[in-house]
Amino acid sequence: MKHLPLAALAVLALAATACGSGFEDKPAAAPQSSGPASLRILIASSGDPETTAVKQAADAWAKESGNQATVTPAQDIHQQLGQAFAGGTPPDVFYVDASRFADYASVGALEPYGDKISNPDDFYPSLRTTFTRDGTFYCAPKDFSTLALIVNDGLWKKAGLAASDVPTTWEQFTEVAGKLKAEGITPLAIGDTRDRIGAFMVQAGGWITSADGKQATGDSPENLKALEYVKTLLKDKLAEYPKQLSASWSGEAFGKGKAAMTIEGNWIKGALKADYPDIQYTAHPLPAGAKQGTLSFTNCWGIAAKSVNKTAAVAFVEAMTRADQQLTFAKAFGVMPSRQSAKDAYVKEFPTDTAFVDGAAYAQGPVNAAKMDSVLSDFDAGLQQLTSKDPKALLARLQKNTQSALSD
Amino acid sequence: MPTRRSRARDDATGWLFVAPVVVILAVFLLLPILMAMWVSLTSWNGQGSPFRSDVPFVGLDNYDRLFTRDDLARENFMISIRNNAYYVAIVVPLQTALALGLALIVNSRLLKGKSFFRSAFYFPSVTSSVAISVMFLFIFSNSGALTQLLDFFGIQGPQWFSDARGVLHLLLGMDTPPAALAGAGPFGLSWWEWLAGPSVAMCAIIALVVWTTSGTFMLMYLAALQDIPVTLEEAAKLDGAGRWQRFRYVTLPMLRPTMFLVLTLGLIGSWQVFDQIYVMSQGAPAKTTLTPAFLSYRTAFRDFDYGAGTAISFVLFLIIVLLTLFQRRVMRERRS
Repeated sequence: MKHLPLAALAVLALAATACGSGFEDKPAAAPQSSGPASLRILIASSGDPETTAVKQAADAWAKESGNQATVTPAQDIHQQLGQAFAGGTPPDVFYVDASRFADYASVGALEPYGDKISNPDDFYPSLRTTFTRDGTFYCAPKDFSTLALIVNDGLWKKAGLAASDVPTTWEQFTEVAGKLKAEGITPLAIGDTRDRIGAFMVQAGGWITSADGKQATGDSPENLKALEYVKTLLKDKLAEYPKQLSASWSGEAFGKGKAAMTIEGNWIKGALKADYPDIQYTAHPLPAGAKQGTLSFTNCWGIAAKSVNKTAAVAFVEAMTRADQQLTFAKAFGVMPSRQSAKDAYVKEFPTDTAFVDGAAYAQGPVNAAKMDSVLSDFDAGLQQLTSKDPKALLARLQKNTQSALSD
Repeated sequence: MPTRRSRARDDATGWLFVAPVVVILAVFLLLPILMAMWVSLTSWNGQGSPFRSDVPFVGLDNYDRLFTRDDLARENFMISIRNNAYYVAIVVPLQTALALGLALIVNSRLLKGKSFFRSAFYFPSVTSSVAISVMFLFIFSNSGALTQLLDFFGIQGPQWFSDARGVLHLLLGMDTPPAALAGAGPFGLSWWEWLAGPSVAMCAIIALVVWTTSGTFMLMYLAALQDIPVTLEEAAKLDGAGRWQRFRYVTLPMLRPTMFLVLTLGLIGSWQVFDQIYVMSQGAPAKTTLTPAFLSYRTAFRDFDYGAGTAISFVLFLIIVLLTLFQRRVMRERRS
């Protein structure tokens, strides 16, 4: 009887191995079901308008195609997807954030269906690159946003500046910022992460990785030039981070009139309308360094590699990314269509957004490489202390960490 | 002979009766732990089952990486250990002392409306920690109640949740490391970083946790206090012991088992801090609120590096077990 616990443990271990054999994946691709499909769709919604709009579109598609489509807004989509992949029952269709795309694609969670969508070349090339890995275009971009220079028209006039003074180069930007600087007014409020300061790196001609996401290029002289330029702006108080302006993000500082300019995406429209309806502003392309540059943010419609309803899922995505459907979404919750053929109609509807839409031509997407999340948040932590740190050391650190993440 | 046979039968009957519990524990406790241990030895990426034959086995590599290799994974892990060590060092004594204080107040015969205060002090413990975290976010925000209160007294408070400066650095008024501390210390983190103390942001979280947990521990102390026979105290009084002496030499020794319980639970709970971090800061600013529990979650579910994530939680488990054993030893020695 003394050995009973041991014996029990042995039995348990045996049982575990027996279960183990049951864990083996079935060979080859997941079997595809035929007949009407019941699609599960997980979305990371920006709010009620988006949830309602996507639900309506999904219902319309389901009715027309004779399938079923259930749309669920996620609480925390990264966590929910992570658990669903591990459990082997992921939703059929889900949003994939561009910054997480490489992680999902590298572990084989995504179905590379990009070329099955009609007219894939109609998507902006920069967005297609964002969702391409090892030469395969994985998933259709849902919509996108880019960064632009947002200018407070009132403060602009007060500083004696005309519409023609909007800066197009870094030199002009410094000059204009000097004129805007006044008691209680910071010329530029800029977010303290790679998602804003990175735009300067792109303008200087650099980026964190090479275009194919295989080489680390963090410590390039172009990047150094960009960080040194931003550092001068910060040092001369021509630019400040939101928290120095006691704001939670740049839009808040801009809305309160503490900053005359900011660098944000088209989401700022909705935020300003809701919180600071009186402010007069215009959006302009970001000033160019060695070249024009901005950053783009986007999601794609991911289809799970394990889905049993891939044909229906592709048909669903096809319907969601049609130009007219994208315009409906744009009107409902203010996103920009990812198809070039929808551009003219969009600009006609929202003429003030020209600067954002035009950015698509020269925008850089998020870093397209796996396991970079912790590396990039480490870089962000460095950028937050840019004024007191040596940009060269920051970039060297970024380079070292990126190399080690890419070689994993 | 008959006795031996009947004893064997008794044993069998005993096992039969506990069998349901043993099976439940094995299936829901032991088996998952063994499975997790297996995952920590692989580089499973979260796709499908970790028990397939094609999941790469990497041995102790995930553990090795946390301690010996000079890269970001080790740095993040060491930073999280540092943050959590400071957190434990402040939270455990504070919550223990506060809980004891509250229990003494509520137990005192002079207090009117005891049950009101008892409920009031216990209230934070029964409220959802997420709701409390969100409330504290408002209190500590840049235009929040605390900042305005400090403003009223003419004090310019820090920007709590975006202030990454270490408290020890602040107290000493140092911005840059002296030459002696700038060099590399143990595990790739410089001495300067090891000795930073908790950041301002972490202090806000510490305040929250102390406030929420002390209610639970107060109840434990209260139960123990009410268990102390009144006669003991009266005897001490007759012997001429003063208020402080009665507390120090009668009440406190009687509370020792409860003290051990509270310290142990506090130690375990505070090494595992997760929900407050997840809701309030996610490790920001500048990683100063990163804790091993949160790092483990992030490594597994964000980087799809389940092996490394599980390895972190096993190291955390080991730290907790070792510290608890150490604490038990210290308390036992003092008893003898």
